[in-house]
Amino acid sequence: MIMDIKDYSPTEMLAVAASRLLKDKTTVFCGTGIPMVAGLLAQKTHAPNLVVVFEAGGIGPKVPTLPISVGDSRTFHNALLAGSMDDVMSAAQLGFLDYGFIGGAEIDKFGNVNSTCIGSHDRPKVCLPGSGGGNDVGSLCWKTIITTPHEKRRLVEKVQFVTTPGYLDGPGAREAAGLPANTGPYRVVTNLAILGFDESTKVMRLLSMHPGVTLEQVRQNMGFEPLITDKIEETAYPTQEELNILRAEIDPYGIFVKQRR
Amino acid sequence: MEILAEGRGELLSRVDPEEHREWVLKEKNRSLDDKTTTLSEAVSKYVKDDLYIAFGGFGHVRTSFCAIYEIVRQGRRNLTMAAKPGVHDVEIMAAGGCISKVDRAYAGGHEVRGLSPAFRRAVESGTIGVVEWSNAGFEWRLKAAGMGLPFIPTRTMLGSDTMKESAAKVIECPYTGRRLLAVPACYPDVSFIHVDRCDKFGNAQIDGITIMDYDLARASRRLVLTTEEVVDERVIRAEPWRTIIPYYFVDAIVEIPYGAHPSNMPHRYYFDEEHIGNYLIKAKTTEGTKEYLDKYIHGVKNFDEYLDLVGGVKKLSYLRKLEQLREMLKAPWIEGA
Repeated sequence: MIMDIKDYSPTEMLAVAASRLLKDKTTVFCGTGIPMVAGLLAQKTHAPNLVVVFEAGGIGPKVPTLPISVGDSRTFHNALLAGSMDDVMSAAQLGFLDYGFIGGAEIDKFGNVNSTCIGSHDRPKVCLPGSGGGNDVGSLCWKTIITTPHEKRRLVEKVQFVTTPGYLDGPGAREAAGLPANTGPYRVVTNLAILGFDESTKVMRLLSMHPGVTLEQVRQNMGFEPLITDKIEETAYPTQEELNILRAEIDPYGIFVKQRR
Repeated sequence: MEILAEGRGELLSRVDPEEHREWVLKEKNRSLDDKTTTLSEAVSKYVKDDLYIAFGGFGHVRTSFCAIYEIVRQGRRNLTMAAKPGVHDVEIMAAGGCISKVDRAYAGGHEVRGLSPAFRRAVESGTIGVVEWSNAGFEWRLKAAGMGLPFIPTRTMLGSDTMKESAAKVIECPYTGRRLLAVPACYPDVSFIHVDRCDKFGNAQIDGITIMDYDLARASRRLVLTTEEVVDERVIRAEPWRTIIPYYFVDAIVEIPYGAHPSNMPHRYYFDEEHIGNYLIKAKTTEGTKEYLDKYIHGVKNFDEYLDLVGGVKKLSYLRKLEQLREMLKAPWIEGA
């Protein structure tokens, strides 16, 4: 059966595309929301030996139903270890966590993430929740994956507050700040596209567009111009299996992943 | 030591281990005494206005809500709170008007449920001031204090505005020459940790993830345990490897089953999403917030009356089954559930 874009929602595409980035036999530090969904989907499809780690201490759980909190009992259900924040954050600082997976209110062209405030810090127009484990994921995991709705107000030239460091202000900035070498943002996954980062400039680059999405759509819904090469891939359609697992097993109520109705 | 950079945030907690040792020598009891008491006594004795307070668990997981409600009921003011992370705990403390400053790793969000209305209103209107940290940064602040040190070097938060709005300092490593972030120790004046069981001396066990409570227990000047049950000393001695908090850190013990409601108490009861969800709807306005506080906190004498009010045995039985995956989750914020 050939899949049609009418058969799934943009958020389902996002979750599927994000899950495919996670390789089998690796470790991933998952934040709340879509990152959890993508981690579980990867485990149930191409990456059965992916070990998911949660910041409050759950290491390698068999998550029975979507957690409400990254610290609730579902995050260490049938786990390898019910540990502590120190266990997980130290593992990240030691270099044992391959992927870090987070969201955020604003993301800029260097992959810096804002989840702290809109407006001034001391008297914000909008008070957002702050770092949580986000900064630690972005600072310490090898490859950070960021998910966001593809919107102009979210994909911005420069974030108002660097909650979580991406490449800061460009090449070499992370290392100069003292962050561990060879770490940083790896992919940005949206409901329209997958973006990466240019090796030399560290600026966000368009890698692939989801089926049915035009280049104009991608550009118009961003607050800056990403690097664009001649060859832009098309993201593979979600498979029926991926959609079935998402809808029936992982997020039946559509808490994070809205289904097309 | 040369300071290469530093955050502009205020250092809100105590940081000096020498001062702490002196206080421990004078104030902390090393005798195996029965420390069981009532919640109202523990709160009135140890929680004074203007102190630095912290809660164990994860903001809405194994969090001592019985203590939080009692602090609101007793009308404490101008506290500084460690939101390390904070979720429903910091929201209720803000709604109750108890806090004026927050050391924040996370506060203002309710994870999956969305926003934390009273806390956000307070920050946006300037009645609560915020100093930023990350979760690891905060964990290691407590670790430094729990080791009896003034700071600990870390590799997180570097280069970010989170660091610039913290009270941390960037230093050069004396061994490798690399930049490190020195996070200051955090010695809270008083902390409340909800545990599965402890004996009357305070030797405590937690079933499941311990989150930051190993270090929080050690870092705190005063520590009150609220516990699902007080067990005989022999239960503790039978499996001493399960003791995560030894008695000498503990000042008071209150046995209070379901004391973490409406938070999740792993293996015992899941979140009361009906209660939290309805709170979040009410808390959208200041009037609604006041109505909630009047009904569930000021309108009851103690936590037992509150448990009856939220649904009593029937509700608690449902939450137990939900935790055991024998019931379907119902929540006002889930469409179609």
